Amino acid sequence: MKHLRKLLTFVAPYWRRSLASLVLLIAVVLIDLAIPRLVQRIIDEGISAGNLQVVINTTLIMLGISLVQTAFAVWNNILSIQVGEGVARDVREALFLKIQSFSFGNLDHLNTGQLMVRLSSDTTAFQRSVQVSLRIGTRAPVLMIGSLILMFVTDRHLALMILPVLLATTLVIAFFVARMGPLFLTVQRTLDKLNTVLQENIAGVRLVKSFVRADHEGQRFATINEEYTQRNIRVMRFVATLFPSMNVLVNIAIVIVIWAGGIQSAAGGVTVGQIVAFINYLHTTLGPLGIMVMLANVVAAATASAERINEVLDTVPEVQDPVDPQRLPPGRDQRVAFVRVDFRYDGVNDGLVLDDVDLIAEPGQTVAILGATGAGKSSLVELVPRFYDVADGKLTWNGMDVRRVRQADLLKQVGIVPQDTVLFSGSVRDNIRYGKPQASEQELVAAARAAQAHDFIMELPEGYDTHVEERGVNLSGGQKQRIAIARALLLRPSILILDDATSSVDVETETRIQEAMREWTRDSTAFVVAQRISTVLRADKIVVVDEGRVVAQGTHAELMESSPVYQEIYDSQLGDGAKLQEKA
Amino acid sequence: MNAPMPSSERRVPDLRRALGHGHVHSTTIEQAADPRRALRRLTMYLSPYWVSLVLVLVLVLIYILLGLLEPYLIGRAIDRFISTRQIAGLSGLAILMLAVYFLDNGFQAISSWLMARISQDALRRLRRDLFEHMQKLSIGFFDGRSAGDLMSRLTNDIDAINQAVSQNVVSLVASVLSLVGILIAMFVLNVWLALAAVLVVPIIAWFTQFVARYTRKGFRELQKELGGINGVMEESISGQRVVKAFRRTESTIERFRASNQRVYKAGVYANTYALMLMPLTNVLGNLFVIVLAGLGGYLALKDLVTVGMIAAFIAYAQNFIQPLRQLANMYNSIQAALAGAERVFEIIDTTAEVDAAADTALPTPVHGEVRFENVSFGYLSGKPVIKSMSLEAHAGQTVALVGPTGAGKTTLINLLSRFYEVNSGRITIDGRDIRDISKADLRQRLGIVLQDTFLFADTVMENIRYGRLDATDEECIEAARLADADHFIRQLPSGYQTQLSERASNLSQGQRQMLSIARAVLADPSILILDEATSSVDTRTEARIQKALLRLMHGRTSFVIAHRLSTIRDADNVYVINEGEIVEQGTHQQLLEAKGFFHHLYVSQFKSLAI
Repeated sequence: MKHLRKLLTFVAPYWRRSLASLVLLIAVVLIDLAIPRLVQRIIDEGISAGNLQVVINTTLIMLGISLVQTAFAVWNNILSIQVGEGVARDVREALFLKIQSFSFGNLDHLNTGQLMVRLSSDTTAFQRSVQVSLRIGTRAPVLMIGSLILMFVTDRHLALMILPVLLATTLVIAFFVARMGPLFLTVQRTLDKLNTVLQENIAGVRLVKSFVRADHEGQRFATINEEYTQRNIRVMRFVATLFPSMNVLVNIAIVIVIWAGGIQSAAGGVTVGQIVAFINYLHTTLGPLGIMVMLANVVAAATASAERINEVLDTVPEVQDPVDPQRLPPGRDQRVAFVRVDFRYDGVNDGLVLDDVDLIAEPGQTVAILGATGAGKSSLVELVPRFYDVADGKLTWNGMDVRRVRQADLLKQVGIVPQDTVLFSGSVRDNIRYGKPQASEQELVAAARAAQAHDFIMELPEGYDTHVEERGVNLSGGQKQRIAIARALLLRPSILILDDATSSVDVETETRIQEAMREWTRDSTAFVVAQRISTVLRADKIVVVDEGRVVAQGTHAELMESSPVYQEIYDSQLGDGAKLQEKA
Repeated sequence: MNAPMPSSERRVPDLRRALGHGHVHSTTIEQAADPRRALRRLTMYLSPYWVSLVLVLVLVLIYILLGLLEPYLIGRAIDRFISTRQIAGLSGLAILMLAVYFLDNGFQAISSWLMARISQDALRRLRRDLFEHMQKLSIGFFDGRSAGDLMSRLTNDIDAINQAVSQNVVSLVASVLSLVGILIAMFVLNVWLALAAVLVVPIIAWFTQFVARYTRKGFRELQKELGGINGVMEESISGQRVVKAFRRTESTIERFRASNQRVYKAGVYANTYALMLMPLTNVLGNLFVIVLAGLGGYLALKDLVTVGMIAAFIAYAQNFIQPLRQLANMYNSIQAALAGAERVFEIIDTTAEVDAAADTALPTPVHGEVRFENVSFGYLSGKPVIKSMSLEAHAGQTVALVGPTGAGKTTLINLLSRFYEVNSGRITIDGRDIRDISKADLRQRLGIVLQDTFLFADTVMENIRYGRLDATDEECIEAARLADADHFIRQLPSGYQTQLSERASNLSQGQRQMLSIARAVLADPSILILDEATSSVDTRTEARIQKALLRLMHGRTSFVIAHRLSTIRDADNVYVINEGEIVEQGTHQQLLEAKGFFHHLYVSQFKSLAI
């Protein structure tokens, strides 16, 4: 409930419409309540008194207020939908803005799938609870309390007689509502488990068949299938008990009214019309009882969703701009220095990802970073534009600590080719121009040529205008990487970061890219992360990272002399090839 | 999201929908191609319970009749006792009414209880049939479909059927029966009042249709916009790092806002129509009462009806509107269920893999002599992937298959494990055609370690045990040790009991590969098939995996789709495959000296090294 209350701030801007909608709803309910009274009048003052005029007039009055009621009901509906949809729109936007403000560290904790759930179904669940509350939320209590009051007004004795029954009904409902939410939740959880088994058997079908495990999987499925069946039966029986129980209670009240009313009427205490009105009121209360139960469930579902939505909204971006940012000195030359840098991912584990790293990249230098998976290579380069903050030590550009500069200013200078190639839907041209939409055609083609992408782009059906499908499925891995490289080169950045950017490109093309890039980055500081040793051979400086530590740095020749780790990597990858080359 | 909220339900209401699980169906109103056939087959799942079903039907009939009696009794109480102010016998009537109410609701509860068991068990068997049949389908079936698509379809379809069957079977019958019953009762009691009440029916029908037309249109539009915004969100979130790095946050947000606003507009439009039905049927309910009271009052003054009759009619009218409304609600969910059922049956009807030699096992011990004799194969007719290929592996040998992507290496392995059957030629193990060996036995002899390692959302221990289900914990740990996985497993938060997440995203690619090797070690196969991983693992991890694999390959016939020079170097025989044919064959050394395709393929990698 706490989480739900927190999200109510999203409803606040719509308070006028929400209030109007509630007022309309109350008006609708009041008219609902008036009808039995008017029917009573037809009976008592019209029929019993033999007065046709009263019958006609009352009918016309009822028709009139019914029309008004229709208008109110439709109006209430429209307002509640506007509020619901508006709130959904605002929650989505708040979430989206928040996610866009996240730094890399935040994104490590929440994956795209989880975030999508929050943006779509969680938002919808909350929207539904708002909308349903506005449309019918107050209907049930108002109707019930109203009926009760009117019953008292109609006849106090009769009303008092059925009061205990109505109280019992309330207790029964409270009892069921309290148990309903958890019961539905377990059904949902079991369904998730069932789906997991199904999914595993589709995605892992080759494995299951290879190991001849059809029987085993069948058994596994049967167990969960049975559990799911049982849970569903329980829920259905629960509901099957709830509604008849409520009905019986209200029906008992009706019988009491007829019996006690009949006795009283014999004594002249109540009129026929009053008794009919009583029965009508009891029928009117019956409906809202069901709604109450349903509303409880909508709210229960929304509570879980609200918790997940708040989790995102409450996340603080790990990297934040300083309060009084310094300006970066102008000029392209950037000397990047790591000074005793420690780094760890927030909350992942205790171990340091980078441990006491000292490293200097001079302007115009290309620094290659080599090491095993998980050695900390990507983390190292991602610290450069402050995608993460260091845990200890500092990282400077021309001596200025990056934490004292606005990140936007840093990013202006940086071109990056990430490890996972991400392209956006749009044309190839749009993708290359992504970081510089105003780039000219010449600049565009020059960058594409340098990335060795121009030739294959021209061979695509519509050249630069070829549409890149979602996630770039119509391009090969190597092609996507080359477009990503062109995208970064187009910026003519003063700091270029290539994070294993040519892993899917064949060696010949990689060599050509490197040659072109050397020209392109003559006055840039470049960081190149690589697994293949062929990628790094010609760097000005090669940094070997092992388990978070820089174990060696120098040129290829120096490292072949001094670093056993480097030699080991070299031998394992090229030993044979190099020998072959010597032979040839 | 447009689930109309039924208001006053007498029967079991659609609560799951209110909870928010009824997503897709209500927005995309799909239709089965042959709804009657789908319905018939669904009904077959209910048929084993025909005795219970007949009982339920009887109960429903009884409680509907009792329900019809209730307003009549109220009317009678008013006319006989209250209007006349004679209370002798009123107590008897009150007790009768109580009895009727108790029986009515009691029978309702009993029938719903019975139906819960019947419908859920039918659904259980449907799911079981679906799952068991899927297990029997050939790999070709799965290769031809996207796993994600298949999955989402199945889960949604099952959910749709579940909702419709569990909520609607009784309601449908009860609604129709009570509609008919109430109509008859009203006409029997008073023709004029009944006619007045029936007049309201065409109004509701017309109105439902009118609203449905706009609702459908609105939801189509909304669906489109939701698809659009999901695309925008998915793309900008999965690419957020790039968006940030290239400082495109603002334009991304702008694009999102525009899309979000369109969703809002479409949502308001669609829901305004969809939710119109509810308040208006309420109002129509009042209209009923007004017409009956007005007309009834007029007739009463003419002494044509009694007050009790009017009261009874008002009660009937309120009972009448409810099933009408429910029928309108049920329409969509039944449509969705039938469309879902049709797709589920489509899978169940797909021909299962046949295994002519289901009972024949390979004679033990298996030596592992494997021969491909003039094997030809194509996934599509007219497009051969393997062209009359012959190769052999002697017992205990390691055979490397090398060649460019798409050369047919993986296909060879698909054929050896009989995931697909050869078009011509034959494959033998120890001289026996593999088509004469049961698939189960054949595959048990083969240990396959795939490049794309699949792990289950279970503990590490259970994932290893998958190789041999009766293995003890000690044996699993021993296998992990042999696969060089023991070290990293012990460093996981709960060691061997660590729960892997779905798709094992909490392990690195290298770690996953080691686990799948451990699994193969435990299975202890006679013939080993390895699809080597390429670039996803770094060289040092690779070296360790390599060592583990060498241990595993020792003494077994092994086929390796090789990418690493070291594997190729250590192989007893290397087959170079290109475009479905063996272009070269020999040891690593022989192939190098031949300076042919292999030399070009592998040595070219290192040309660039001349600095």
